[in-house]
Amino acid sequence: MDPSFIVIQALNGLASASSLFITACGLTLVFGVTRIVNFAHGSLYMIGAYTAATLVPWLLQFYFGPVTFWAGILASAFVVGLIGVLIEVLLLRRIYGAPELFQLLATFGVVLVIQDAVVQVFGPQDILGPRAPGLRAPVEILGRRFPSYELVLIAAGPLVLGLVWLLLRKTRFGVLVRAATQDREMVASLGVNQAVLFTGTLFLGAFLAGLGGALQIPRVAANTGMDLSVIAESFVVTVVGGMGSVPGAFLAALIIGQLQAFGILVFPKGTLVVVFLLMAVVLAIRPNGFFGRPEIVGGTHAVGIASRTPQPWHKVAALVVLVLLACLPLVADPYLLKVATEILIFALFAFSLQLLIGVGGIVSFGHAAFFGLGAYGAALGVKLLSAPMEAALPLAIVLAAFGAALIGAFVVRLSGIYLAMMTLAAAQIIYAVAFQWVDVTGGDNGIVGVWPSDWAGGQTRYYLLALGLTALAILLVRIVIDAPFGYALRAARDSEARAEAIGLNVRRLRWRAFILSGATAGLAGGIYAFSRGSVDPSLLGIPTSVDALTMLLLGGIQTITGPLVGAGVLHALRDQVMPLTSHWRLILGLSIIAMVLIFPRGLVGTVAAWREARA
Amino acid sequence: MAKISTICWLAFGAALALGTPSVHAQPAGNAPIKIGELNSYARQAAFTVPYRNGWQLALDEINAKGGVLGRKIEIVSREDGATTGDATRVAEELVTREGAVLLFGSFLSNVGVAMADFANQKKIVYIAAEPLTDAITMAQGNRYTFRIRPNNTMQVGMLVDQAKASGAKRWAIVAPNYEYGQSAAEVFKRLIKERVPGAEVVAEQYPALGKIEAGATVSALEQAKPDGIFNVLFGPDLTQFVREGNTRGLFEDKTVLSLLTGEPEWLLPLKDEVPEGWIVTGYPWDEITDPKHKAFVDAYRAKFKDTPRLGSLLGYMVLYMIRDTIERAGSTDTDALIKALTDAKFDTVIGPVSMRGIDHQATMGAWVGKLALKGATGGMTDWKYFDGTSFMPTEAEVKAVRKD
Repeated sequence: MDPSFIVIQALNGLASASSLFITACGLTLVFGVTRIVNFAHGSLYMIGAYTAATLVPWLLQFYFGPVTFWAGILASAFVVGLIGVLIEVLLLRRIYGAPELFQLLATFGVVLVIQDAVVQVFGPQDILGPRAPGLRAPVEILGRRFPSYELVLIAAGPLVLGLVWLLLRKTRFGVLVRAATQDREMVASLGVNQAVLFTGTLFLGAFLAGLGGALQIPRVAANTGMDLSVIAESFVVTVVGGMGSVPGAFLAALIIGQLQAFGILVFPKGTLVVVFLLMAVVLAIRPNGFFGRPEIVGGTHAVGIASRTPQPWHKVAALVVLVLLACLPLVADPYLLKVATEILIFALFAFSLQLLIGVGGIVSFGHAAFFGLGAYGAALGVKLLSAPMEAALPLAIVLAAFGAALIGAFVVRLSGIYLAMMTLAAAQIIYAVAFQWVDVTGGDNGIVGVWPSDWAGGQTRYYLLALGLTALAILLVRIVIDAPFGYALRAARDSEARAEAIGLNVRRLRWRAFILSGATAGLAGGIYAFSRGSVDPSLLGIPTSVDALTMLLLGGIQTITGPLVGAGVLHALRDQVMPLTSHWRLILGLSIIAMVLIFPRGLVGTVAAWREARA
Repeated sequence: MAKISTICWLAFGAALALGTPSVHAQPAGNAPIKIGELNSYARQAAFTVPYRNGWQLALDEINAKGGVLGRKIEIVSREDGATTGDATRVAEELVTREGAVLLFGSFLSNVGVAMADFANQKKIVYIAAEPLTDAITMAQGNRYTFRIRPNNTMQVGMLVDQAKASGAKRWAIVAPNYEYGQSAAEVFKRLIKERVPGAEVVAEQYPALGKIEAGATVSALEQAKPDGIFNVLFGPDLTQFVREGNTRGLFEDKTVLSLLTGEPEWLLPLKDEVPEGWIVTGYPWDEITDPKHKAFVDAYRAKFKDTPRLGSLLGYMVLYMIRDTIERAGSTDTDALIKALTDAKFDTVIGPVSMRGIDHQATMGAWVGKLALKGATGGMTDWKYFDGTSFMPTEAEVKAVRKD
């Protein structure tokens, strides 16, 4: 291959790496100090780009020159830093003590709110920013033209790295940030003003996100898809580099930049999956990324179902609810039954996640993988094997269980946030396969014509079938939760060291829990495929995983019925609100935030706590 | 004691979810005719909002003249969430709760395909206005599904004719990595080999939608030394690609064919960085002099204080076609509507458009021309309207893939 081409391609990779690093650096700093995985970091990046694309042209009207341009970029980053402070004071400050998952969910709520707010403030159309004055012309490198702005970007990455390094090493603020990254409690015990430290860190993190976004305006039009496209890659960079490690993030960004620049020459269609493959491979070899330290296990992870005495009237009550639900077709119209069927399916899906998170303490961000595998298992059974529904549903369970066994084997070696990210990577890889393997999976159009057998056709009969299967599956999983297996799993969740000391094989326990949970989610996916007649890759996507988490946390992670109630409330909310307004993301986001602030134990958990307090 | 409350909550959740009233009488007499509409107004606002303006304008005009069959038209419009699951649920609600007599809308191809299947299952007419994938009228087509906009094959076919005229032989393809991009690239590869003797495809790039690594992509294309480039990118990816390509001189002395780039939706965000000389399909709304079209543009500008996009035209045309269909059918019965739509001829603001019976694809065409800078933004010059008829898949091709 032409050497000048290789040089140019490497420079292209460096320019992307620099941009990515600046953004991811903020994410990793914020995580290091606050231990919050800030989903909204990508949204801050987007605000940075929008602000700069609006502000810089306005400034350039007064004086056209490089000084104005760069001042505008820094001002935009500063504005975003202030928004970061706002988010910290109004929201994050109130949830530092909450379980990690709640924090993640709250920041996801912020993502939804900002998505809508950006359209309201800046309009739906993309905004093309100005080119940098003085840097419009290309430079000649080895006989090829290369944009001079990209050279500036290449320099900006190491510059930011250097400045952050100086800040962390040479200032008191930096010392505190590093100390807090190592041991937050100790820093607090020494009398450091936590509020100022955390607010400062959020400002710095948001400033870097805004800077990353603002620096993009000469290359990219500010658009509403920027947040999600950058957040996934930033996560990968932070995780691969080791959470909280700035040099790690730099190294990871460099590798990803080069991988993408040269990867497209070999696999032009591999663009979807390459970063997640990298993350999976790195985590399989180094469970804490390049420079990450093992997390202290226990503490905030150990929230979940507690032991309780079974009481006879529980069964009676469950039976009454079941009978009431079975009577629903007597009063409901077909549409209501369709919604009710979907609620049952999502309840089962969220319940299967409860087994992992609530019982096993295994936080999965990629649970959609198993739901989707189940749906695809059923659809492929119908399409390729011409199987009837009765044969396709078991196929759904088998495929999902098989996928869970495979993914689980890698996942159970990890812990904490790395474990969660590995599940996310696995789900994204399966998503990419479904998306790309057009001949078998139909690509993003998916597979249609997956309708139930005649005896189960029609809204009423399918509802009753879904109810029967869901109730049966939930009953079986409940038995497992209360069996010795469930107790062993809870022991491992609460104290891994003690569980191992009494002779439990923690990894094998978790692996089995993974398979059981995957199979249950697969059943839900299979029922879902037949309820709507089609499957497509969005079932495997991040939003589906987030849905399951939201339902679980909404209902309450510490109770058995929590995920069931959560699924009902969330789906009903979406059904009522979404069709009527194009602001449903705003409403959903605000509801999630309100829920996290007001009902941190979830709906069921909160009610239970009230009753206990009264008793 | 915790348990009682949890079960109360469970029951409450169920009640909240299921307890909404469900009494809706079917429209009768002079009650308005209800038409269901669903689209991705939140996610795809740049295209769908002008589209909604288009059908609203048509709706106001139609109802001001007394509606159709002596009844007014009422459009029940819903957000489809841009996912297949949400779209089919919303569609179910439109049909069973609202009593919509037909459905139209949706933007993404996969949602369109799922909606087509839904229409087939529920036996209701669905008019896919926007999705471009061939599948809706080919492999996944069915008796109940109709499409207005020229599909991928038709639009690519128009551009391939231009490729032939340009004389370029070494072609590079750049397309977003999802169904629309992949299938447009496939069609291009097939047609260019059929119609341009000696043509070869020397490079292909498929950046992920919304995540293009523009510098690397441009270098990779440049390295193959093509003399023609076929582009399917749009939106933010296109902007980035154009900027990098301009700076690096990728487009110099090359024929560039670009799908949809002449549509104001995608052209306006490029501002003054329009890649001049690209041959594109699009919509030169400001240069079409036909009086009927001019009247539409004037009315649109007066009502919305904005210039029309292609989506606006489409929304406007679709609703008028629906009105004509209902009028000719004489009722809102599904079978009558299908009969009135099949092989129907419509007189639209852009001229005659008919609905081919064999695959339910309309003959609406597209404008093909060159991009040029006009003042502060881009526009099209040397354009010509190509009727869709001669670019449609042949009847034999349709019969080979359609199941019905």
